[in-house]
Amino acid sequence: MSRAQAELIRHSFVTHVDENRLMDCMRCGFCLPACPTYIHSDYDETQSPRGRIALMKAVRDGNVEWDGSIEEAFDLCLGCRACEPACPAGVQYGTLIEETREAVLSVKSPSWKEKAIRKGAFDHLFADQRKMKTAVKLVTFYQKSGLQKVVRKVGFMELFPPFMKEMERSLPDPPRKRREQAAPAEKKTKVAFFAGCLMDTMFKETNRNTIDLLERLGCEVVIPKNQQCCGALQGHSGEMDRARRNAKANLEAFDFNDIDYIVNNAGGCGAFLSEYDRLFGNEPELLALANRFVEKQIDISSLLVKLGIVDELMKQPATEATGIVTYQDSCHLRNVNGVKDEPREMLKAAKGSLFVEMPGAHLCCGSAGVYNLLQPEMASRILGSKMEEVKRVQATTIITTNPGCLLQMKVGVEREGLSGTARAMHVVDFIHEKIMGSNGGK
Amino acid sequence: MDVQVKECLIAITGSAHARASTAQRLAYSYDATANFQALPDLVLSPASIEEIQEIVKVCTEYGVPIVSRGSGTNLAAGTTPTSGGVVILFNRMNRILELDEENLTLTVQPGVITQAINERVAEKGLFYPPDPSSMSISTIGGNVSENSGGLRGLKYGVTRDYVKALKIVLPSGELLTTGGKLAKDVAGYDLTSLFVGSEGTLGIIVEITLGLIPAPETKKTLVVYYDTLEKAAQTVSSIIAAKIVPATLEFMDQGTIEAVEEFMKIGLPTNCEAMLLIEQDGDPMIVERDMELVHKLCMEHGATSMQLAQTAEEAAQLSIARRVALSALARKRPTTILEDATVPRSEIAKMVKAVQEIAVKYDLLICTFGHAGDGNLHPTILTDVRDDAEMARVEMAFAEIFDHAIKLGGTITGEHGVGEMKAPYLEWKIGKAGIDTMKSIKQAIDPLNIMNPGKIFAKSAKKRVVVQHE
Repeated sequence: MSRAQAELIRHSFVTHVDENRLMDCMRCGFCLPACPTYIHSDYDETQSPRGRIALMKAVRDGNVEWDGSIEEAFDLCLGCRACEPACPAGVQYGTLIEETREAVLSVKSPSWKEKAIRKGAFDHLFADQRKMKTAVKLVTFYQKSGLQKVVRKVGFMELFPPFMKEMERSLPDPPRKRREQAAPAEKKTKVAFFAGCLMDTMFKETNRNTIDLLERLGCEVVIPKNQQCCGALQGHSGEMDRARRNAKANLEAFDFNDIDYIVNNAGGCGAFLSEYDRLFGNEPELLALANRFVEKQIDISSLLVKLGIVDELMKQPATEATGIVTYQDSCHLRNVNGVKDEPREMLKAAKGSLFVEMPGAHLCCGSAGVYNLLQPEMASRILGSKMEEVKRVQATTIITTNPGCLLQMKVGVEREGLSGTARAMHVVDFIHEKIMGSNGGK
Repeated sequence: MDVQVKECLIAITGSAHARASTAQRLAYSYDATANFQALPDLVLSPASIEEIQEIVKVCTEYGVPIVSRGSGTNLAAGTTPTSGGVVILFNRMNRILELDEENLTLTVQPGVITQAINERVAEKGLFYPPDPSSMSISTIGGNVSENSGGLRGLKYGVTRDYVKALKIVLPSGELLTTGGKLAKDVAGYDLTSLFVGSEGTLGIIVEITLGLIPAPETKKTLVVYYDTLEKAAQTVSSIIAAKIVPATLEFMDQGTIEAVEEFMKIGLPTNCEAMLLIEQDGDPMIVERDMELVHKLCMEHGATSMQLAQTAEEAAQLSIARRVALSALARKRPTTILEDATVPRSEIAKMVKAVQEIAVKYDLLICTFGHAGDGNLHPTILTDVRDDAEMARVEMAFAEIFDHAIKLGGTITGEHGVGEMKAPYLEWKIGKAGIDTMKSIKQAIDPLNIMNPGKIFAKSAKKRVVVQHE
């Protein structure tokens, strides 16, 4: 790292990272016990929110010169934002880490590895829904054709980093053909469905189940055609321009006047959608639009509970509890949108299983967008301790509310050799199974 | 720091437990005190008393400063490595060693989180009362070094009252063992007490034996609101005068209530001028009687409304609300600087009034909360370090608050310690003879001044400008 480049980064921090936001942190340390990387680095302050904010400020103020150790501290942040609800001072850490990543990205090109993963993910898959679909079609073909078995045998996946390999084993089964729709009941609530790129491709069955449940509870569900990926993964990595591009497309794709809610079933997307207003601070027209968009946002668990799913679950015929179901919070659903009770209420009400709270369910599972691909070692450590808790509560079903977490929990189940006894599921699929019989995505 | 000395120190813990990168040094350059920051040369995580002894021997030989650091929640710049050197962490010395139910003691390593101690002894029906607001983050080693107080200080005292025995690595590298699991012990000077609250300036505390008491059977929590500060302060005095000693008697002013409510969203009324949080614990009959009397006294002194916590969760929420007060206040302005002035509790109303007047005089935003029952207030100035003119007024305001507290028979710090921040004011409180005595103790034990240098003793004392108050 040359001195000139370090100076460039400092200037970039001055441009991108808001000084007042940094000064909101009074360094009390209340965030420390909430931070997964602090805990899993044996209490290293460098890997804590307070430490990272101090680093941002020191770089910005020119008190330290940018180097690899500082970069690593930012790279290791999961972006789970568990520090935000823990912070009495109301520091907007999520915004700060995004600004930081944008500051770094605008000066320094990312590593080859990060580039490869980003390129695959952002340029191709997440930027364009059709490409995502094509990719998933390939996966579908690969899984259906029986090629999968051959490939596993031949060891094709040896070419990829170990984590990718585990993810490959955890890919969901390909979606089946869309079933005939039952005649919808009387319409009460009009809901626009944000399908989400990952949810709409890899977890398509879950999206169908989402619509099934909403219709059963009397909603009219519309799926606006021109919707795009929410932009969260780009935004979290500091690619704010790309995130804004996607957000703008979504603001135009939804007709707010005509609907009661915009519902999503992915915690990560939902959080980002509910903060679209923060993307357009300098553009009053778009900001006004974003504010209205944000007002309509709701996650699927909250909406189902609002619409009376708990009663519906209670009405189901009593069956003996055959397994233990537990819940792993989606960080962004919990920390950004403050939703933690609704998924649990549904799981508690469901017949035929016993809900047990998992210690540390509120702590990140290590998936964190593409974190598990970029920081396999820390992600692996975090997942390892998560799976210990899964085993401790003897869960046979682990429920999540976000595709990244779902994949990560599937990886965990596979890695621990629990695939015979435990399964990871999206909450929607689980509730669908309880109410409409066993045809949820596995 | 000399490269060879550094290598020598790293060899003691092994490089896996030594931190020396730019990011790591920066992450240990501060604590929770605004405006104090300096990089250490090296951060070490020793695993044993023996490793600490070796580190100290090397540091003594080469004159390297040592700063012991728990979780860095200090509020008086007591753990900022302002002279550089080595920061010693206790993240690998964080075990509870022994719970002795026959002697009612708990022996721990310094890195144990205070909250973990509370939880562990509660399982056995026992109680460790000191509860600084940062207890879910702070370490017991830090608490002992600072003699931390907390919300229960009024009835149960502070950390010092529960430290039975210590193991300390002296600057010479020798291991000193003080006290024991004893109810009585007058063998010579009370060295245990000397090291409690010594802020890491005399040695490194490496093992602690704490005294425990039986857990109180029951607890009741009452929150009371007022339309003036004076009425709240008068209620406090009347409760003490009625010979009731509540476990907790806490105070928050309107600005603090606003900030806390913004964070907690538990429905605190932000239009009242003051709030008291009152808790009594113990025998159910006595708790009932005391709280009835407290209720009556609050009414007599003009409380506008009162609310008794109905569930344990509700009580816990109210207690958290008070614990987060300082950090929540940081919402108001970029920089948060708090003080720790303490007066005899009979003078609390006068002190609250003086703080209000000082805020007006220097045109500053000061919010006050604190342990009203033991006279320990935390006037907090919400300011901006980037504004030099305002910071000059902050400095003057603090000097005047200290001056006023001392005149009322109080002190410059009740529970946060002197650190580097309040060092220039120490002489105001203890006089020249006090400073000389303390310095001779420091000189005798740490002649090379390597233990947390720059703390407690100022390079130059502040001149005390006696301010006239009407």
